[in-house]
Amino acid sequence: MSVNAVTAPNATAPAQHAPADTRMATLRAIYIIWYRDLLRYWRDRWRLVASLAQPLLFLVVFGSGLSSALGRGTLFGTSGGISYIQFMYPGIIGMAILFTAIFGAMSIVWDREFGFLKEVLVAPIDRSAVAIGKALGSTTQAMIQGLILLVLAPFVGVKLSVLTVLTMIPLAAVLAFGLSSFGVALASSMKSLQGFQVVMNFLMMPMFFLSGALFPLTGLPGWMTVLTRLDPASYGIDPLRRVVLSNSGLPGSVVDRLGLTINGQVLPIPLEAGIVFAFGAVMLGIAVVMFQRRD
Amino acid sequence: MSGVSNVDGVVGGAVIQASGLVKRYGELEAVKGIDLEVRAGEIFGFLGPNGAGKSTTISILCTLLSPTAGTARVAGIDVAFDPAGVRQRIGLVFQDPSLDDQLTGRENLEFHAFIYAVPAAVRRQRIDEMLALVQLADRASSQVKTYSGGMKRRLEIARGMLHQPQVLFLDEPTLGLDPQTRQSIWAHLNELRRSKGITIFMTTHYMDEAEYCDRIAIIDQGKIVALGTPDELKAMVGGDVVTITSSRPEDAAREIEEILGVTPARDNGTLRMEVPDGKAFVPRLVRELIAPVDTVSMHRPSLDDVFLKLTGRAIRDEEASTRDQNRTMANRFMGRRR
Repeated sequence: MSVNAVTAPNATAPAQHAPADTRMATLRAIYIIWYRDLLRYWRDRWRLVASLAQPLLFLVVFGSGLSSALGRGTLFGTSGGISYIQFMYPGIIGMAILFTAIFGAMSIVWDREFGFLKEVLVAPIDRSAVAIGKALGSTTQAMIQGLILLVLAPFVGVKLSVLTVLTMIPLAAVLAFGLSSFGVALASSMKSLQGFQVVMNFLMMPMFFLSGALFPLTGLPGWMTVLTRLDPASYGIDPLRRVVLSNSGLPGSVVDRLGLTINGQVLPIPLEAGIVFAFGAVMLGIAVVMFQRRD
Repeated sequence: MSGVSNVDGVVGGAVIQASGLVKRYGELEAVKGIDLEVRAGEIFGFLGPNGAGKSTTISILCTLLSPTAGTARVAGIDVAFDPAGVRQRIGLVFQDPSLDDQLTGRENLEFHAFIYAVPAAVRRQRIDEMLALVQLADRASSQVKTYSGGMKRRLEIARGMLHQPQVLFLDEPTLGLDPQTRQSIWAHLNELRRSKGITIFMTTHYMDEAEYCDRIAIIDQGKIVALGTPDELKAMVGGDVVTITSSRPEDAAREIEEILGVTPARDNGTLRMEVPDGKAFVPRLVRELIAPVDTVSMHRPSLDDVFLKLTGRAIRDEEASTRDQNRTMANRFMGRRR
């Protein structure tokens, strides 16, 4: 009995439990989950085009319509001539990021429904990789969507310098990360596609309307002021707008007047970005814990 | 070197050892104390009707569920102690599809290679080898949504084998596939066993498929009621199975018992009996019976008969096939083809 030990195919494979190995395995898993999301995003080009239709519709139709109506108002049109469409433009970038990030993260629910999630969950990897990989995947998709919209700037009369664009990219990335993590946290507890409509109507749309993407968050009724300040997207869209408007040569006082304030205080851009990032980190933490619990 | 070795991951030739496995869901006891041993290199079938506890047992062995009581070792590792270690050493093919059908066949395998830590140096070669083995090499760069049901199954089998597991678990691998495709899946499984020496553990409720297994455990209501080779199990029935139909089954049954000394099992108008020598029995039966005999049939015992004898019920194939149909319809509705 001592000699004829059964030789299995895997007999010489070392046990894979050294900490460094585990860390590498987790990183590899994060990478491939992220890569798969991008591959799917790239492959589904119709969805890519279709998801640009909505922001464009807002910009061109809604924006032009309101621009003419508001053109002679006190806020827009005066003080150095900013049109509503210029005001709205960074907000629409924020909207594209909001929708793409949350939709992208919610694809976890699809993966669960169509069985693929099982392949990932039974793998010998730390499940935090699922949450992190998905969050990064949606972040990247949302970033791409936002960058495509940057190209439209000249068509809506927004002048962007190279520096502006370079400032906007990290700000957009933070917003995309915060919202993607939020989406992953939502999706981690969602067992069926039914919850999806609920999220769409009761979370995404309110988040969009309250984010200051379409109107300045000043002089609002009290209840609405509170809600807009609770919306994480507000803190992500405001910095984008400040950067864009400052670059259009608008005086700082006007930019501040259109911006997000708390108790009348203007928030510095790094603080706003910090708030969004912290929100994302907390949400990602929740998602990791949710995935690590065994079903 | 000792025969009991952890490096081999195999203890004394047994790749799977389970003892006293119990799984309770509240009041419901899905698995009621299962003991079994699967030897290296065999195809082991787990046969039973839907809801018998097959899937629950396989899930415990694959570390997807933890048992309420009992222990199990797979590839030499305790499923409760080191689930990740077990998962690295087993391949899984689930009952429901788990492929990404937007990706190509090759991309699905690449994804798997990454999350199962297949070394980069051999990744491509291993993927090619597996694709060739299940004869999908020429379709490897097509999106999986263009695959037929059988092709998807084959790809899942290739994927399950990619990280060179010691055991391949398949939960109802041929469910919902047409007979021809089922045949071809079996051909591939046999080829895998031959060329890779892998141990295969599978569940099925198709009796004809269980015949392909080296050994079978018949499970009913959470317990193993018989375990052995198909021939051993069929020998439990003994002789031939004779079935008659009669318009007066009560009278026929009484007469058979009184005159021929055999107690038939009744199912509406059908009487079924096991006799040592069917060829001699049938002429006697027809001659002696006063009650009308409408039809007579005789066959060698099948696993159906074994199951019937052990549990007093037939595996309800009817029920199973409606379930298959529902599944197929649901899949079609969801835009999946199998």
